[in-house]
Amino acid sequence: MYRSNVLVCGGTGCTSSNSELIIKRLQEEIKAAGLEKEVNVVRTGCFGLCALGPIMIVYPEGSFYSRVTPEDVPEIVEEHLLKGRIVRRLLYQETVVDDNTVKSLNQTPFYSKQHRIALKNCGVINPEEIDEYIAVDGYKALGKVLTEMTPQEVIDTILKSGLRGRGGAGFPTGRKWSFAAANQADQKYVCCNADEGDPGAFMDRSVLEGDPHSVLEAMAIAGYAIGATQGYIYIRAEYPIAVKRLQIAIRQAREYGLLGKNIFDSGFDFDIDIRLGAGAFVCGEETALMTSIEGKRGEPRVRPPFPAVKGLFGKPTVLNNVETYANIAQIILNGPEWFSSIGTEKSKGTKVFALGGKIQHTGLVEVPMGTTLREIIEEIGGGVPNGHKFKAAQTGGPSGGCIPASLMDTPIDYDNLIAIGSMMGSGGLIVMDDTTCMVDIAKFFLEFTVDESCGKCTPCRVGTKRLLEILNKITSGNGTLEDIDNLESLCYYIKENALCGLGQTAPNPVLSTLRYFRDEYVAHVTDKVCPAGVCKALTNFVIDPDKCRGCTLCARNCPVGAISGSVKQPHTIDTSKCIKCGACMEKCKFDAISKR
Amino acid sequence: MQKRISNLPFQGTKEQEEKLREIIARHKGEPGAVMPTLHEAQEVYGYLPIEVQTMIADGLGVPLEEVFGVSTFYSQFSLTPKGKYNVSICLGTACYVKGAAAVLDKLTELLGIQPEECTPDGKFSLTACRCVGACGLAPVLTINDDVYGRMTPEEVEGVLAKYSV
Repeated sequence: MYRSNVLVCGGTGCTSSNSELIIKRLQEEIKAAGLEKEVNVVRTGCFGLCALGPIMIVYPEGSFYSRVTPEDVPEIVEEHLLKGRIVRRLLYQETVVDDNTVKSLNQTPFYSKQHRIALKNCGVINPEEIDEYIAVDGYKALGKVLTEMTPQEVIDTILKSGLRGRGGAGFPTGRKWSFAAANQADQKYVCCNADEGDPGAFMDRSVLEGDPHSVLEAMAIAGYAIGATQGYIYIRAEYPIAVKRLQIAIRQAREYGLLGKNIFDSGFDFDIDIRLGAGAFVCGEETALMTSIEGKRGEPRVRPPFPAVKGLFGKPTVLNNVETYANIAQIILNGPEWFSSIGTEKSKGTKVFALGGKIQHTGLVEVPMGTTLREIIEEIGGGVPNGHKFKAAQTGGPSGGCIPASLMDTPIDYDNLIAIGSMMGSGGLIVMDDTTCMVDIAKFFLEFTVDESCGKCTPCRVGTKRLLEILNKITSGNGTLEDIDNLESLCYYIKENALCGLGQTAPNPVLSTLRYFRDEYVAHVTDKVCPAGVCKALTNFVIDPDKCRGCTLCARNCPVGAISGSVKQPHTIDTSKCIKCGACMEKCKFDAISKR
Repeated sequence: MQKRISNLPFQGTKEQEEKLREIIARHKGEPGAVMPTLHEAQEVYGYLPIEVQTMIADGLGVPLEEVFGVSTFYSQFSLTPKGKYNVSICLGTACYVKGAAAVLDKLTELLGIQPEECTPDGKFSLTACRCVGACGLAPVLTINDDVYGRMTPEEVEGVLAKYSV
């Protein structure tokens, strides 16, 4: 038994800001202080509050240290671990109470509104030790399923829980399993979609890095339910830490006999292999993903036949997302009634969101379905920083849409998001403030879809290119009102005619910004102005003569000599020469230069 | 993204070729062998010149067209060599709304190359990637395995200077 446990986040965010070095220094310093038998250092998965990384929690006190640097380590060891004095300057401010005590993390605004099911073990256990997973009831659900339940009972339990796919579309997981179970074949497959291609989303990565065994266990349960003996995890090659932890987890599960032949002496065989993606967004689409596992170009196939009938290598296949799997063991252990008591009428359970963009607390949050956007952004996320105003939240990545401030009180679930022109998607939630141009954001997503269109069907291959051309025309100041109408009708055409989910949803960013921010489009074409001051061609830099002191700093820094004026006299910018680089505005000490 | 094909001469060594043959032998006959083989081959050579793809096609017994089709489909497979230092700027949504485009502009200006290109001395190559998943640190720049978070255009020059040797 150790008297103290030091948990250090080993997720991608904190690793990128040097948590590995912190762990190394900790181990060295603890050894030097002769505490190695008393203090245990644990590398965990993501705690969620990525904005404050690297994060360290010291138990039993529960001190939450944020933005720790390797240089802070000697002080932490000397003061806290040796002398028992909490290093107050490193504490997360929200946990500090005046009377020298520390508030529990669960009482801070960031954590108190969360309900953790899929992220239950993230930031709690060491993901590279199967024993730690087993200690928190890991593989108990698999044992229960194999020894006490029939495959049909497993499917009924999942059906009854109301669990819907967390990858985006929200198809009921139990129905998917029952279709695949009903098809007879000599071989069936269970696949896991860990190709988190939606930019700005990192939920699946965090689950795999923080709790990889929960996914393996759930895949084995799915295998038993549908009668499959082989599983594949398709994961992005861009996630090296997640890949490594999965490899370790699979190896340990095999050693313990929790994967392989005759699991729990039940006669059930199941094994899992990893397949690396190679950077193609379309491979998140289920049929494209399976084509890619087959080693081919990841182009989608026409459905039907659906994967439950003819999937990987032409065999019946169940494909679920990482987060969906992360819920399965909990449902088996706690019962479907427990799960369906959380959430809204048609969307049960919780959803993990990756909060990013212009928000105070970037990070990972898990909230019950039906939580409003306002609660997530203002209460949990801490609102928009630097005194700016909230403008929109983008959900669903390149397939989703922007939700304006007026709809912030909508309870978030699958159906409500579709009704307001966005979608759940995998759970990326990007916050935008008044310095974000909505036409530019639509263009950003279209550039992405044009890049990632696989080229198989014409509406997507050619249609998205045309959309992007029109958007470029508008943002460069050459658009007309007719262009906006053409943009809209082309969007609907693509939605109705594209082959796969990628193409059918590609116009969503344009349609939703048109729906809620049409005035910005109109300002671009009729007034030739970009209200947010983002589109360079439509922005002019001007000097306020009342504020300008004539210090000549801007004129000396202008790379093209567009600024003129004499010393101590207000300067002016020649807009015909100006290249809009913004150097003058950055340099001005009197705040006299602004964008119009 | 449009793939650029390298016009530099192929300079593979005997040891690299041996490693490649071993990789091919390990994957031959396994279902869906092309992608894992390409992944491992890229680790050996750093990129996938046509000579390497030809060896893979011959070795696995699949048409070269199929191998080429796969290598050009996925953005992770590179047909051009990477520089000694590969500079990669994340253009995922979270980084984009926090100003990654301005950082990229500064990089192209300072390095004198566009994304997917390599400086003539072979020192720096530049890539624009989609989300490394470190959105809490946006905008994110990586140089080989080093990660630089919360980048601003002003800081770019200083970061690049650390890689002057």
